[in-house]
Amino acid sequence: MRVDDPKLKKIEPPTMSLGDRFYLPQVAAGLLVTAKHIFGVAFQDKAITVQYPEQQHVPSPVYRGVHRLNKDEEGRPKCVACMLCATACPAHCIDIVGATAPPSWPDREKYPESFVIDELRCIYCGMCEEACPVEAIELTGLYDLTGLSREEMIFDKAKLLSVFDVTRDAEPMKFTTPPPAGRPTPTQALDSPVS
Amino acid sequence: MTIWVLIGILIKMLVVVGVTQGAVAYLILVERKIAAYAQDRIGPNRCGREIGVPFALIQPLADGAKMLLKEDVVPKYVTKPLYILAPWIAIATAMIGFAVVPFGPVGPNQIIDFQIAPNVDIGILYVLAVGSLAVYGVILAGWASNNKYAFIGGLRSSAQLISYEIPLGLSILGMVLIAGSLDMNRIMAWQSRHVWGILVQPLGFILFFTSAFAETNRLPFDLPESEQELVGGFHTEYSAMKFGMFFLGEYLHVITVSFITVILFFGGWDVPFVTSPDQSGLLWAIVKVGVITSKVGLVILFIMWVRWTLPRFRYDQLMDLAWKSMIPLALINLVMTAGIVQLVRTYWV
Ligand code: SF4
Ligand code: SF4
Repeated sequence: MRVDDPKLKKIEPPTMSLGDRFYLPQVAAGLLVTAKHIFGVAFQDKAITVQYPEQQHVPSPVYRGVHRLNKDEEGRPKCVACMLCATACPAHCIDIVGATAPPSWPDREKYPESFVIDELRCIYCGMCEEACPVEAIELTGLYDLTGLSREEMIFDKAKLLSVFDVTRDAEPMKFTTPPPAGRPTPTQALDSPVS
Repeated sequence: MTIWVLIGILIKMLVVVGVTQGAVAYLILVERKIAAYAQDRIGPNRCGREIGVPFALIQPLADGAKMLLKEDVVPKYVTKPLYILAPWIAIATAMIGFAVVPFGPVGPNQIIDFQIAPNVDIGILYVLAVGSLAVYGVILAGWASNNKYAFIGGLRSSAQLISYEIPLGLSILGMVLIAGSLDMNRIMAWQSRHVWGILVQPLGFILFFTSAFAETNRLPFDLPESEQELVGGFHTEYSAMKFGMFFLGEYLHVITVSFITVILFFGGWDVPFVTSPDQSGLLWAIVKVGVITSKVGLVILFIMWVRWTLPRFRYDQLMDLAWKSMIPLALINLVMTAGIVQLVRTYWV
Protein backbone atom coordinates (compact mmCIF):
# COMPACT_ATOMS: atom_id res chain seq x y z
CA MET A 1 0.00 0.00 0.00
CA ARG A 2 1.34 3.40 -0.98
CA VAL A 3 1.49 6.33 1.32
CA ASP A 4 -0.94 8.39 -0.81
CA ASP A 5 -3.37 5.53 -1.28
CA PRO A 6 -6.89 7.02 -1.04
CA LYS A 7 -8.07 3.99 0.89
CA LEU A 8 -5.58 4.78 3.61
CA LYS A 9 -7.32 6.12 6.67
CA LYS A 10 -5.31 8.56 8.74
CA ILE A 11 -6.06 8.57 12.42
CA GLU A 12 -5.13 11.69 14.29
CA PRO A 13 -4.70 11.49 18.04
CA PRO A 14 -7.41 13.54 19.73
CA THR A 15 -6.24 16.99 20.72
CA MET A 16 -5.87 17.49 24.41
CA SER A 17 -7.93 20.17 26.06
CA LEU A 18 -6.38 22.56 28.53
CA GLY A 19 -7.71 20.45 31.38
CA ASP A 20 -6.10 17.34 29.94
CA ARG A 21 -2.80 19.07 29.63
CA PHE A 22 -2.88 20.19 33.22
CA TYR A 23 -3.13 16.54 34.30
CA LEU A 24 -4.81 17.37 37.56
CA PRO A 25 -8.48 17.42 36.44
CA GLN A 26 -7.92 14.11 34.71
CA VAL A 27 -6.15 12.75 37.76
CA ALA A 28 -9.17 13.72 39.83
CA ALA A 29 -11.49 12.05 37.32
CA GLY A 30 -9.40 8.90 37.51
CA LEU A 31 -9.43 8.94 41.29
CA LEU A 32 -13.19 9.16 41.17
CA VAL A 33 -13.37 6.03 39.04
CA THR A 34 -11.22 3.97 41.39
CA ALA A 35 -13.03 5.43 44.39
CA LYS A 36 -16.27 4.10 42.99
CA HIS A 37 -14.77 0.64 42.63
CA ILE A 38 -13.23 0.69 46.10
CA PHE A 39 -16.52 1.86 47.59
CA GLY A 40 -18.47 -0.70 45.60
CA VAL A 41 -16.42 -3.65 46.82
CA ALA A 42 -15.98 -2.41 50.36
CA PHE A 43 -19.57 -1.46 51.08
CA GLN A 44 -21.79 -2.90 48.38
CA ASP A 45 -20.28 -6.33 47.88
CA LYS A 46 -19.56 -5.77 44.23
CA ALA A 47 -16.47 -7.96 43.94
CA ILE A 48 -16.55 -9.93 40.72
CA THR A 49 -14.25 -12.73 41.82
CA VAL A 50 -15.28 -16.25 42.75
CA GLN A 51 -14.32 -17.31 46.28
CA TYR A 52 -12.96 -20.57 45.01
CA PRO A 53 -13.11 -23.43 47.46
CA GLU A 54 -16.53 -22.32 48.70
CA GLN A 55 -17.94 -21.29 45.33
CA GLN A 56 -17.24 -23.43 42.32
CA HIS A 57 -16.66 -21.86 38.97
CA VAL A 58 -18.76 -23.32 36.19
CA PRO A 59 -16.72 -23.36 32.99
CA SER A 60 -18.30 -22.96 29.60
CA PRO A 61 -19.51 -26.16 27.92
CA VAL A 62 -16.60 -26.02 25.50
CA TYR A 63 -14.03 -25.87 28.28
CA ARG A 64 -11.25 -28.44 27.97
CA GLY A 65 -10.22 -29.94 31.27
CA VAL A 66 -9.10 -33.36 32.47
CA HIS A 67 -9.43 -36.27 30.04
CA ARG A 68 -11.72 -39.18 30.45
CA LEU A 69 -11.93 -42.52 28.70
CA ASN A 70 -15.51 -43.23 27.73
CA LYS A 71 -17.14 -46.59 28.37
CA ASP A 72 -19.66 -48.25 26.16
CA GLU A 73 -23.00 -49.70 27.28
CA GLU A 74 -21.36 -52.81 28.61
CA GLY A 75 -18.92 -50.84 30.69
CA ARG A 76 -15.89 -51.62 28.54
CA PRO A 77 -13.59 -48.81 27.45
CA LYS A 78 -14.65 -47.66 24.00
CA CYS A 79 -11.06 -47.26 22.91
CA VAL A 80 -9.89 -49.61 20.17
CA ALA A 81 -6.18 -48.87 20.61
CA CYS A 82 -5.79 -47.36 17.15
CA MET A 83 -3.11 -44.94 18.40
CA LEU A 84 -4.58 -42.04 16.45
CA CYS A 85 -4.80 -39.85 19.54
CA ALA A 86 -1.22 -40.59 20.52
CA THR A 87 -0.14 -39.74 16.98
CA ALA A 88 -2.11 -36.53 16.92
CA CYS A 89 -0.96 -35.36 20.30
CA PRO A 90 1.46 -32.47 19.84
CA ALA A 91 2.84 -32.84 23.35
CA HIS A 92 3.46 -36.59 23.04
CA CYS A 93 1.87 -37.23 26.36
CA ILE A 94 -0.32 -40.20 25.50
CA ASP A 95 1.22 -43.62 25.90
CA ILE A 96 -0.87 -46.63 24.77
CA VAL A 97 -0.03 -50.28 24.82
CA GLY A 98 -2.50 -52.14 22.65
CA ALA A 99 -3.36 -55.82 22.92
CA THR A 100 -5.51 -58.21 20.94
CA ALA A 101 -9.07 -58.06 22.16
CA PRO A 102 -10.36 -61.10 24.00
CA PRO A 103 -12.63 -63.36 21.93
CA SER A 104 -15.61 -62.23 23.99
CA TRP A 105 -15.29 -58.77 22.41
CA PRO A 106 -16.23 -59.57 18.80
CA ASP A 107 -16.71 -55.91 17.78
CA ARG A 108 -13.03 -54.99 17.83
CA GLU A 109 -9.61 -56.35 17.16
CA LYS A 110 -7.62 -54.54 19.82
CA TYR A 111 -8.10 -52.87 23.15
CA PRO A 112 -5.71 -50.77 25.24
CA GLU A 113 -3.89 -52.86 27.78
CA SER A 114 -2.49 -49.74 29.27
CA PHE A 115 -3.47 -46.16 28.54
CA VAL A 116 -1.46 -43.44 30.24
CA ILE A 117 -1.71 -39.66 29.86
CA ASP A 118 0.80 -37.36 31.46
CA GLU A 119 -1.49 -34.55 32.54
CA LEU A 120 1.47 -32.33 33.30
CA ARG A 121 2.75 -32.38 29.75
CA CYS A 122 -0.67 -32.10 28.17
CA ILE A 123 -1.52 -28.68 26.77
CA TYR A 124 -5.26 -29.41 26.70
CA CYS A 125 -5.47 -28.72 23.00
CA GLY A 126 -8.13 -31.35 22.39
CA MET A 127 -6.39 -32.87 19.38
CA CYS A 128 -6.75 -36.35 20.86
CA GLU A 129 -10.48 -35.84 21.14
CA GLU A 130 -10.63 -34.70 17.52
CA ALA A 131 -8.53 -37.60 16.29
CA CYS A 132 -10.36 -40.45 17.99
CA PRO A 133 -12.55 -42.35 15.47
CA VAL A 134 -14.75 -43.94 18.12
CA GLU A 135 -15.15 -40.96 20.50
CA ALA A 136 -13.39 -42.86 23.22
CA ILE A 137 -11.34 -40.00 24.62
CA GLU A 138 -12.90 -36.73 25.70
CA LEU A 139 -11.89 -33.68 27.65
CA THR A 140 -14.23 -32.92 30.53
CA GLY A 141 -15.06 -29.72 32.36
CA LEU A 142 -13.07 -30.74 35.43
CA TYR A 143 -10.54 -28.04 36.12
CA ASP A 144 -9.42 -28.43 39.74
CA LEU A 145 -6.64 -30.77 38.84
CA THR A 146 -3.98 -30.88 41.51
CA GLY A 147 -1.51 -33.35 42.81
CA LEU A 148 1.18 -33.52 45.42
CA SER A 149 3.75 -35.16 43.16
CA ARG A 150 4.53 -35.53 39.49
CA GLU A 151 3.66 -39.22 39.63
CA GLU A 152 0.21 -38.41 40.88
CA MET A 153 -0.44 -36.41 37.74
CA ILE A 154 0.27 -39.27 35.39
CA PHE A 155 -3.18 -40.77 34.80
CA ASP A 156 -3.47 -44.46 33.96
CA LYS A 157 -6.39 -46.27 32.37
CA ALA A 158 -8.20 -46.93 35.65
CA LYS A 159 -8.03 -43.30 36.63
CA LEU A 160 -9.15 -42.09 33.22
CA LEU A 161 -12.09 -44.46 33.33
CA SER A 162 -12.94 -43.30 36.82
CA VAL A 163 -13.08 -39.72 35.54
CA PHE A 164 -15.75 -40.94 33.15
CA ASP A 165 -17.73 -42.42 36.04
CA VAL A 166 -17.52 -39.15 37.93
CA THR A 167 -18.53 -36.94 35.02
CA ARG A 168 -20.94 -39.23 33.18
CA ASP A 169 -24.10 -37.64 34.50
CA ALA A 170 -22.99 -34.04 34.36
CA GLU A 171 -21.45 -34.32 30.91
CA PRO A 172 -22.95 -36.89 28.56
CA MET A 173 -20.72 -38.12 25.80
CA LYS A 174 -20.57 -35.22 23.43
CA PHE A 175 -21.23 -37.05 20.19
CA THR A 176 -23.34 -40.04 21.11
CA THR A 177 -26.00 -38.72 23.42
CA PRO A 178 -28.14 -35.67 22.72
CA PRO A 179 -27.46 -32.90 25.21
CA PRO A 180 -29.95 -32.50 28.06
CA ALA A 181 -32.67 -29.98 27.33
CA GLY A 182 -31.65 -26.39 27.88
CA ARG A 183 -27.99 -27.03 27.67
CA PRO A 184 -26.45 -25.93 24.37
CA THR A 185 -24.23 -28.28 22.46
CA PRO A 186 -20.66 -27.13 22.14
CA THR A 187 -21.33 -25.89 18.61
CA GLN A 188 -24.39 -23.92 19.60
CA ALA A 189 -22.52 -22.36 22.47
CA LEU A 190 -19.83 -21.24 20.05
CA ASP A 191 -22.31 -19.90 17.50
CA SER A 192 -24.32 -17.71 19.82
CA PRO A 193 -22.58 -14.33 19.96
CA VAL A 194 -22.87 -13.66 23.70
CA SER A 195 -23.76 -16.31 26.20
CA MET B 1 21.51 16.59 79.56
CA THR B 2 20.51 14.55 82.53
CA ILE B 3 20.42 10.79 82.47
CA TRP B 4 16.61 10.90 82.56
CA VAL B 5 16.41 12.87 79.37
CA LEU B 6 18.66 10.31 77.75
CA ILE B 7 16.51 7.44 78.95
CA GLY B 8 13.42 9.29 77.75
CA ILE B 9 14.95 9.65 74.32
CA LEU B 10 15.87 5.97 74.22
CA ILE B 11 12.34 4.98 75.14
CA LYS B 12 10.94 7.30 72.50
CA MET B 13 13.28 5.78 69.92
CA LEU B 14 12.17 2.27 70.80
CA VAL B 15 8.52 3.25 70.64
CA VAL B 16 8.91 5.03 67.32
CA VAL B 17 10.85 2.18 65.74
CA GLY B 18 8.42 -0.40 67.04
CA VAL B 19 5.32 1.51 66.08
CA THR B 20 6.53 2.39 62.61
CA GLN B 21 7.62 -1.17 61.84
CA GLY B 22 4.29 -2.48 63.02
CA ALA B 23 2.53 0.21 61.06
CA VAL B 24 4.43 -0.77 57.92
CA ALA B 25 3.38 -4.39 58.32
CA TYR B 26 -0.25 -3.46 58.59
CA LEU B 27 -0.05 -0.76 55.93
CA ILE B 28 1.05 -3.44 53.50
CA LEU B 29 -2.07 -5.38 54.40
CA VAL B 30 -4.18 -2.24 53.95
CA GLU B 31 -2.55 -1.56 50.62
CA ARG B 32 -3.24 -5.09 49.43
CA LYS B 33 -6.84 -4.66 50.45
CA ILE B 34 -7.17 -1.33 48.64
CA ALA B 35 -5.49 -2.79 45.60
CA ALA B 36 -8.01 -5.60 45.62
CA TYR B 37 -10.97 -3.31 46.09
CA ALA B 38 -9.87 -1.03 43.28
CA GLN B 39 -9.70 -4.06 41.03
CA ASP B 40 -13.06 -5.50 42.17
CA ARG B 41 -11.39 -8.27 44.12
CA ILE B 42 -11.58 -9.05 47.81
CA GLY B 43 -7.93 -9.43 48.68
CA PRO B 44 -6.38 -11.26 51.61
CA ASN B 45 -9.19 -12.71 53.74
CA ARG B 46 -8.12 -16.21 54.65
CA CYS B 47 -4.99 -16.01 56.77
CA GLY B 48 -5.97 -16.79 60.35
CA ARG B 49 -9.53 -17.74 59.56
CA GLU B 50 -9.01 -21.21 61.02
CA ILE B 51 -8.05 -19.79 64.39
CA GLY B 52 -10.80 -17.22 64.34
CA VAL B 53 -8.90 -14.07 63.39
CA PRO B 54 -11.11 -11.93 61.16
CA PHE B 55 -10.09 -9.88 58.11
CA ALA B 56 -6.80 -11.76 57.63
CA LEU B 57 -5.31 -9.70 60.43
CA ILE B 58 -2.38 -12.06 60.85
CA GLN B 59 -1.46 -11.82 57.19
CA PRO B 60 1.43 -9.43 58.05
CA LEU B 61 2.91 -12.13 60.29
CA ALA B 62 2.70 -14.59 57.43
CA ASP B 63 4.27 -12.08 55.07
CA GLY B 64 7.04 -11.41 57.57
CA ALA B 65 7.70 -15.09 58.14
CA LYS B 66 7.90 -15.62 54.43
CA MET B 67 10.43 -12.82 54.05
CA LEU B 68 12.58 -14.28 56.79
CA LEU B 69 12.36 -17.93 55.81
CA LYS B 70 12.82 -17.65 52.07
CA GLU B 71 16.13 -18.63 50.61
CA ASP B 72 18.42 -15.63 50.72
CA VAL B 73 20.36 -15.83 47.47
CA VAL B 74 23.64 -13.95 47.24
CA PRO B 75 24.88 -14.35 43.68
CA LYS B 76 28.55 -15.25 43.30
CA TYR B 77 29.39 -12.29 41.13
CA VAL B 78 28.25 -9.47 43.43
CA THR B 79 30.53 -7.16 45.39
CA LYS B 80 29.56 -8.64 48.68
CA PRO B 81 30.17 -5.92 51.29
CA LEU B 82 28.37 -3.25 49.27
CA TYR B 83 25.66 -5.68 48.23
CA ILE B 84 24.86 -6.40 51.87
CA LEU B 85 25.28 -2.78 52.93
CA ALA B 86 22.83 -1.33 50.39
CA PRO B 87 19.55 -2.51 51.96
CA TRP B 88 20.78 -1.36 55.36
CA ILE B 89 21.37 2.09 53.95
CA ALA B 90 17.86 2.08 52.53
CA ILE B 91 16.38 1.27 55.93
CA ALA B 92 18.68 3.45 57.98
CA THR B 93 18.09 6.58 55.92
CA ALA B 94 14.37 6.03 56.17
CA MET B 95 14.53 5.49 59.93
CA ILE B 96 16.72 8.40 60.96
CA GLY B 97 14.33 10.87 59.37
CA PHE B 98 11.94 10.13 62.19
CA ALA B 99 14.32 11.70 64.68
CA VAL B 100 12.93 15.18 64.12
CA VAL B 101 9.35 14.39 63.16
CA PRO B 102 6.97 15.60 65.86
CA PHE B 103 4.27 13.04 66.59
CA GLY B 104 2.36 15.41 68.75
CA PRO B 105 2.75 18.64 70.66
CA VAL B 106 6.26 19.74 71.56
CA GLY B 107 7.17 22.69 73.67
CA PRO B 108 8.21 24.02 77.05
CA ASN B 109 4.71 23.74 78.48
CA GLN B 110 4.27 20.07 77.57
CA ILE B 111 4.85 17.12 79.88
CA ILE B 112 6.42 15.02 77.14
CA ASP B 113 7.95 16.20 73.92
CA PHE B 114 6.54 13.97 71.22
CA GLN B 115 9.70 14.11 69.20
CA ILE B 116 12.91 12.14 69.56
CA ALA B 117 15.11 15.18 69.07
CA PRO B 118 13.04 18.19 70.12
CA ASN B 119 13.93 21.78 69.33
CA VAL B 120 15.97 21.07 66.25
CA ASP B 121 15.78 24.41 64.49
CA ILE B 122 16.48 22.96 61.07
CA GLY B 123 14.07 20.06 61.25
CA ILE B 124 12.82 20.26 57.68
CA LEU B 125 16.31 20.65 56.32
CA TYR B 126 17.42 17.58 58.24
CA VAL B 127 14.58 15.46 56.89
CA LEU B 128 15.36 16.53 53.34
CA ALA B 129 19.05 15.86 53.87
CA VAL B 130 18.67 12.34 55.21
CA GLY B 131 15.93 11.64 52.72
CA SER B 132 18.31 12.36 49.89
CA LEU B 133 20.80 9.88 51.35
CA ALA B 134 18.44 7.15 50.22
CA VAL B 135 19.93 7.51 46.78
CA TYR B 136 23.11 5.85 48.11
CA GLY B 137 21.17 2.72 48.90
CA VAL B 138 19.76 2.65 45.40
CA ILE B 139 22.96 3.31 43.55
CA LEU B 140 25.05 0.97 45.71
CA ALA B 141 22.52 -1.81 45.21
CA GLY B 142 22.66 -1.32 41.47
CA TRP B 143 26.44 -1.11 41.39
CA ALA B 144 27.20 -3.95 43.77
CA SER B 145 24.82 -6.32 41.98
CA ASN B 146 27.38 -6.40 39.17
CA ASN B 147 24.64 -6.90 36.64
CA LYS B 148 23.98 -4.45 33.86
CA TYR B 149 20.21 -4.40 34.32
CA ALA B 150 20.51 -3.68 38.00
CA PHE B 151 23.18 -1.09 37.30
CA ILE B 152 21.16 0.76 34.69
CA GLY B 153 18.14 0.47 36.97
CA GLY B 154 20.15 2.00 39.77
CA LEU B 155 21.35 4.88 37.60
CA ARG B 156 17.84 5.52 36.35
CA SER B 157 16.45 5.53 39.86
CA SER B 158 19.11 7.80 41.25
CA ALA B 159 18.55 10.24 38.39
CA GLN B 160 14.87 10.26 39.28
CA LEU B 161 15.45 10.68 43.01
CA ILE B 162 17.89 13.51 42.51
CA SER B 163 15.68 15.31 39.97
CA TYR B 164 12.69 15.31 42.28
CA GLU B 165 14.71 16.50 45.26
CA ILE B 166 14.82 19.93 43.64
CA PRO B 167 11.08 20.65 43.38
CA LEU B 168 10.63 18.92 46.74
CA GLY B 169 12.99 21.30 48.45
CA LEU B 170 11.78 24.37 46.57
CA SER B 171 8.13 23.71 47.26
CA ILE B 172 8.73 23.47 51.00
CA LEU B 173 10.54 26.80 51.10
CA GLY B 174 7.35 28.80 50.51
CA MET B 175 5.84 27.44 53.70
CA VAL B 176 9.11 27.98 55.52
CA LEU B 177 9.17 31.63 54.45
CA ILE B 178 5.60 32.20 55.54
CA ALA B 179 6.00 30.58 58.94
CA GLY B 180 9.47 32.06 59.27
CA SER B 181 11.08 28.92 60.61
CA LEU B 182 12.56 25.61 59.60
CA ASP B 183 11.38 24.08 62.85
CA MET B 184 8.35 21.91 62.24
CA ASN B 185 6.81 22.74 65.60
CA ARG B 186 6.85 26.44 64.83
CA ILE B 187 5.36 25.82 61.41
CA MET B 188 2.52 23.90 63.04
CA ALA B 189 2.06 26.61 65.65
CA TRP B 190 1.89 29.23 62.90
CA GLN B 191 -0.78 27.27 61.09
CA SER B 192 -2.71 26.86 64.29
CA ARG B 193 -2.74 30.64 64.80
CA HIS B 194 -3.47 31.54 61.18
CA VAL B 195 -4.59 29.09 58.48
CA TRP B 196 -3.50 25.70 57.24
CA GLY B 197 -0.59 25.67 54.83
CA ILE B 198 -2.59 24.27 51.95
CA LEU B 199 -4.64 27.49 51.85
CA VAL B 200 -1.66 29.81 51.63
CA GLN B 201 0.49 27.52 49.50
CA PRO B 202 -1.83 25.52 47.22
CA LEU B 203 0.70 25.32 44.40
CA GLY B 204 3.44 24.51 46.85
CA PHE B 205 1.33 21.68 48.20
CA ILE B 206 0.67 20.15 44.79
CA LEU B 207 4.33 20.36 43.85
CA PHE B 208 5.45 18.98 47.17
CA PHE B 209 3.01 16.12 47.14
CA THR B 210 3.85 15.19 43.55
CA SER B 211 7.57 15.17 44.21
CA ALA B 212 6.93 13.23 47.39
CA PHE B 213 5.38 10.48 45.28
CA ALA B 214 8.49 10.41 43.14
CA GLU B 215 10.82 10.50 46.13
CA THR B 216 9.14 7.55 47.74
CA ASN B 217 9.06 5.63 44.45
CA ARG B 218 5.31 5.34 44.56
CA LEU B 219 3.18 5.08 41.48
CA PRO B 220 2.86 6.88 39.11
CA PHE B 221 6.60 7.38 39.58
CA ASP B 222 7.73 3.91 40.59
CA LEU B 223 10.24 3.53 37.79
CA PRO B 224 12.93 2.26 40.14
CA GLU B 225 10.81 -0.84 40.45
CA SER B 226 8.56 -1.10 37.37
CA GLU B 227 8.44 -4.83 37.81
CA GLN B 228 6.19 -5.48 34.84
CA GLU B 229 8.39 -4.13 32.11
CA LEU B 230 11.89 -3.91 33.51
CA VAL B 231 12.79 -7.01 35.50
CA GLY B 232 12.99 -5.17 38.81
CA GLY B 233 15.40 -2.27 38.50
CA PHE B 234 18.12 -1.85 41.06
CA HIS B 235 16.96 -4.63 43.38
CA THR B 236 16.82 -7.33 40.70
CA GLU B 237 19.44 -9.41 42.49
CA TYR B 238 17.96 -9.10 45.95
CA SER B 239 15.83 -11.76 47.51
CA ALA B 240 14.12 -12.61 50.77
CA MET B 241 14.73 -10.24 53.65
CA LYS B 242 17.20 -8.09 51.71
CA PHE B 243 14.48 -7.29 49.23
CA GLY B 244 12.13 -6.86 52.16
CA MET B 245 14.42 -4.23 53.61
CA PHE B 246 14.21 -2.11 50.49
CA PHE B 247 10.49 -2.49 50.65
CA LEU B 248 10.42 -1.56 54.32
CA GLY B 249 12.62 1.45 53.67
CA GLU B 250 10.26 2.65 50.98
CA TYR B 251 7.27 2.28 53.21
CA LEU B 252 8.97 4.08 56.08
CA HIS B 253 9.71 6.82 53.63
CA VAL B 254 6.02 7.00 52.78
CA ILE B 255 5.21 7.45 56.46
CA THR B 256 7.80 10.21 56.89
CA VAL B 257 6.60 12.01 53.81
CA SER B 258 3.01 11.80 54.97
CA PHE B 259 4.00 13.26 58.32
CA ILE B 260 5.73 16.15 56.60
CA THR B 261 2.76 16.74 54.32
CA VAL B 262 0.46 16.89 57.31
CA ILE B 263 2.82 19.06 59.31
CA LEU B 264 3.50 21.55 56.54
CA PHE B 265 0.16 21.76 54.79
CA PHE B 266 -2.58 20.32 56.97
CA GLY B 267 -1.82 21.95 60.27
CA GLY B 268 -0.22 18.98 62.03
CA TRP B 269 -2.12 18.41 65.29
CA ASP B 270 -4.31 21.41 64.60
CA VAL B 271 -8.07 21.24 64.41
CA PRO B 272 -9.46 24.72 63.70
CA PHE B 273 -11.16 26.35 66.69
CA VAL B 274 -10.33 23.41 68.95
CA THR B 275 -6.62 23.20 69.51
CA SER B 276 -3.99 25.82 70.12
CA PRO B 277 -0.27 25.66 70.81
CA ASP B 278 -0.77 26.89 74.36
CA GLN B 279 -2.81 23.94 75.54
CA SER B 280 -0.90 21.69 77.87
CA GLY B 281 -1.68 18.59 79.85
CA LEU B 282 -1.88 14.94 79.08
CA LEU B 283 -5.38 14.98 77.65
CA TRP B 284 -4.58 17.56 75.01
CA ALA B 285 -1.35 15.77 74.22
CA ILE B 286 -3.25 12.57 73.53
CA VAL B 287 -5.85 14.40 71.45
CA LYS B 288 -3.16 16.05 69.38
CA VAL B 289 -1.26 12.81 68.83
CA GLY B 290 -4.53 11.25 67.74
CA VAL B 291 -5.28 14.09 65.35
CA ILE B 292 -1.88 14.07 63.69
CA THR B 293 -1.74 10.29 63.32
CA SER B 294 -5.21 10.10 61.82
CA LYS B 295 -4.36 12.85 59.36
CA VAL B 296 -1.21 10.95 58.44
CA GLY B 297 -3.29 7.82 58.02
CA LEU B 298 -5.58 9.61 55.62
CA VAL B 299 -2.65 10.89 53.58
CA ILE B 300 -1.22 7.37 53.38
CA LEU B 301 -4.59 6.03 52.26
CA PHE B 302 -4.68 8.72 49.61
CA ILE B 303 -1.21 7.74 48.41
CA MET B 304 -2.39 4.13 48.09
CA TRP B 305 -5.53 5.21 46.30
CA VAL B 306 -3.45 7.12 43.75
CA ARG B 307 -1.24 4.10 43.26
CA TRP B 308 -4.14 2.04 41.96
CA THR B 309 -5.45 4.83 39.78
CA LEU B 310 -2.67 6.33 37.73
CA PRO B 311 -0.57 4.49 35.19
CA ARG B 312 3.19 4.67 35.37
CA PHE B 313 5.02 7.52 33.63
CA ARG B 314 7.44 6.86 30.82
CA TYR B 315 10.97 7.78 31.79
CA ASP B 316 11.28 10.81 29.51
CA GLN B 317 7.88 12.05 30.65
CA LEU B 318 9.05 11.67 34.21
CA MET B 319 12.09 13.81 33.58
CA ASP B 320 10.10 16.34 31.54
CA LEU B 321 7.66 16.75 34.36
CA ALA B 322 10.39 17.41 36.89
CA TRP B 323 12.63 19.71 34.87
CA LYS B 324 10.23 21.46 32.51
CA SER B 325 7.17 21.86 34.69
CA MET B 326 7.75 21.35 38.35
CA ILE B 327 11.05 23.12 38.87
CA PRO B 328 9.96 26.31 37.02
CA LEU B 329 6.63 26.30 38.82
CA ALA B 330 8.33 25.78 42.16
CA LEU B 331 10.68 28.67 41.43
CA ILE B 332 7.80 30.96 40.47
CA ASN B 333 5.96 29.93 43.61
CA LEU B 334 8.99 30.61 45.73
CA VAL B 335 9.70 34.04 44.25
CA MET B 336 6.07 35.13 44.51
CA THR B 337 5.81 33.89 48.08
CA ALA B 338 9.01 35.67 49.02
CA GLY B 339 7.71 38.91 47.49
CA ILE B 340 4.35 38.69 49.21
CA VAL B 341 5.85 37.76 52.55
CA GLN B 342 8.21 40.72 52.26
CA LEU B 343 5.33 43.09 51.43
CA VAL B 344 3.22 41.80 54.30
CA ARG B 345 6.08 42.10 56.74
CA THR B 346 6.84 45.65 55.61
CA TYR B 347 3.37 47.11 55.55
CA TRP B 348 1.14 45.15 57.90
CA VAL B 349 3.31 43.85 60.68
S1 SF4 C 1 -5.29 -32.53 24.79
FE1 SF4 C 1 -3.68 -32.25 23.26
S2 SF4 C 1 -1.82 -32.37 24.43
FE2 SF4 C 1 -3.40 -33.19 25.73
S3 SF4 C 1 -3.35 -35.36 25.37
FE3 SF4 C 1 -4.83 -34.52 23.97
S4 SF4 C 1 -3.71 -34.14 22.10
FE4 SF4 C 1 -2.22 -34.42 23.71
S1 SF4 D 1 -7.82 -42.42 19.12
FE1 SF4 D 1 -9.48 -43.17 20.40
S2 SF4 D 1 -9.67 -45.30 19.90
FE2 SF4 D 1 -7.72 -44.63 19.08
S3 SF4 D 1 -6.29 -45.10 20.71
FE3 SF4 D 1 -6.91 -43.03 21.06
S4 SF4 D 1 -8.63 -43.18 22.44
FE4 SF4 D 1 -8.30 -45.18 21.63
